[in-house]
Amino acid sequence: MARTSLPARERSLLPTDAPLSLLTRTGAPVVDSELVMPDDDVLLELHRRMVIGRRFDTQATALTRQGRLAVYPSSRGQEACEVGSVLALREQDWLFPTYRDSVALVTRGVPAQGTLTLLQGGWHLGYDPHEHRVAPQCTPLATNTLHAVGLGHAARLKGEDTVALVLLGDGATSEGDTHEALNFAGVWQAPVVFLVQNNGYAISVPMSKQNAAPSLAHKGVGYGVPSVLVDGNDPAAVYAVVRDAVRTAAEGGGPTLIEALTYRVEAHTNADDATRYRDADEVAAWLDRDPVDRIEAYLTARGLLDDARRASVAAEAEAYAASVREVMNADVEVDPAELFAHVYAEPTRHLREQAAQLAEELA
Amino acid sequence: MSTLSMSAALNLALSDALEADERVLVFGEDVGPLGGVFRITDGLAAKFGDRRVFDTPLAESGIVGTAIGMAMNGMRPVVEMQFDAFAYPAFEQITSHLAKMRNRTRGKVEVPVVIRIPYGGGIGGVEHHCDSSEAYYTHTSGLRVVTPGTPQDGYDLLRDAIDSPDPVIFLEPKRRYWSKGEVALGAHRVGFEKALVRRPGKDVTLIAYGPMVATALETAEAAVEEGWDVEVVDLRSLSPFDDETVCASVRKTGRAVVVHEAAGFGGYGAEVVARVTERCFHHLHAPVLRVTGFDIPYPPPKLEEHFLPGVDRILDTIGRLQWDDEVVGSRA
Repeated sequence: MARTSLPARERSLLPTDAPLSLLTRTGAPVVDSELVMPDDDVLLELHRRMVIGRRFDTQATALTRQGRLAVYPSSRGQEACEVGSVLALREQDWLFPTYRDSVALVTRGVPAQGTLTLLQGGWHLGYDPHEHRVAPQCTPLATNTLHAVGLGHAARLKGEDTVALVLLGDGATSEGDTHEALNFAGVWQAPVVFLVQNNGYAISVPMSKQNAAPSLAHKGVGYGVPSVLVDGNDPAAVYAVVRDAVRTAAEGGGPTLIEALTYRVEAHTNADDATRYRDADEVAAWLDRDPVDRIEAYLTARGLLDDARRASVAAEAEAYAASVREVMNADVEVDPAELFAHVYAEPTRHLREQAAQLAEELA
Repeated sequence: MSTLSMSAALNLALSDALEADERVLVFGEDVGPLGGVFRITDGLAAKFGDRRVFDTPLAESGIVGTAIGMAMNGMRPVVEMQFDAFAYPAFEQITSHLAKMRNRTRGKVEVPVVIRIPYGGGIGGVEHHCDSSEAYYTHTSGLRVVTPGTPQDGYDLLRDAIDSPDPVIFLEPKRRYWSKGEVALGAHRVGFEKALVRRPGKDVTLIAYGPMVATALETAEAAVEEGWDVEVVDLRSLSPFDDETVCASVRKTGRAVVVHEAAGFGGYGAEVVARVTERCFHHLHAPVLRVTGFDIPYPPPKLEEHFLPGVDRILDTIGRLQWDDEVVGSRA
């Protein structure tokens, strides 16, 4: 259906037929893009944080092989989304990530050890959500969408200028909570940005078995939520659309649904075997659309990124990886007594009895 | 002191909590201008405005999930699930997030949400309107589960629940909404976690909660004719469980019967029986018995009288507590 034949209200909610972009696959600027190219310093920071984020991701996968992490879900290839969305947030905004968004966490400033505590296994979470304005990484799919809507709505009720950005994947758009969250956000005009990283697979299940709509972004129209389709491997474009959506939400314009088309280059986790459900040719085709290569090519052509800066960013990433190794190679300390400490504000008598029992067993 | 129905006491508790703390929000389906299908929120939207008392889209997971987000941002949401069985869509939000948020964040994130759920049968409701769902919640660590049996507790326990830093499942016995009782208002509450002896007695302890408190008291009166002096303990807080009060009573009487509407198999009463037996074994003259709903889906309205524990079934069960002839008298 041609967009122009629709009533204006519906038309305004629908995504474009082609994903919005600012950089072509080879890193050339897109002619006549409806997006505004971020400033040079933003582009350089996008590049820097993506290089560091990718190095973190590689390091985390290596830590699984050394037995330091129970498991790690890689976001390799999705750095434009992980970094572009987080850099578009303001300090007072909140991030609601999933288990695949560790790179988003470290980009937001959460220390590596805190980011990886869940996967290291010492506790379920290793940082203070209020300190970083980063909710716990969500493992049950899509449940975090509702938390983001609630937090955003409460901010409005309190008169605070806070926007909630929730990250979810293509599989999570099939969960009921996603639809309830879009509906609540639409009705309440909550200051929330939904960023769907459509990386092609929900573990092994491809998009064709997940969704019959023209795009995942189309799901916004049914809830009155304006929707955007963006090239998810274009860091400049992801940054631009998230920044616009955050601004709209902050100005009282309500929620936005963004679908970013990207690709999960690695398997679901280190424990998965992706060769059982997809071809190497498909992966190779996506490697040609690499988001880090793309922004490097653009910045290099613009004369903003020379060999010296490239080398210094690479060195910074290596130093960061070394610091991650160091902190993660230390044996994690656990305290059995803590099992009972945080279940209620004050441990109940029942839990105190069980804590005493365990302490006796360990004595 | 004034005479109030439980529904009026609950309404007053909400109103006083909204008045006392601007972080308190009341929302759910039909709780705004309508005042809820049971009118528990009657007049609150008019009094406090639609920013604090408001209707939501019809989606229970959405209601609880957004309440969690609001609590993360400093609010104290009190949400209504319209009926027991209609809370099931929110189960994942309740068990995976509401109950666990404090623990998984090592206490960094509190989610002081109260979920009000009208529960139980006895009102001639059609299917999906009469479930006793307490065991689903008491089995979940991190939740407090409370249920008032009197109008006074309707007020007190709801104020306690809203003040609690922990998430609370607040189960309202819908068949007792219109029962009246004396209610004293103010900061005189007996405590969130305490069971109460509603009627002292020396021969047997009836352990009940929510809608069965009144039934247990009625049974105790009827038991006088049978020669039994029945003590009635109202649990009030199902989780945590007040072992102290319950066991003190059972050690005194030496016999106990647990009464609840929910199906018995894997039910809350099994936990009570186990705890009492573990702690009071040498004081018991008979096994602790249960009077519960049958292990069937809640029946249609014209059959519910056969399902619900009533005075006769409870008296019959008391009669099976291995009484001596001298004690039981005419019933032996």
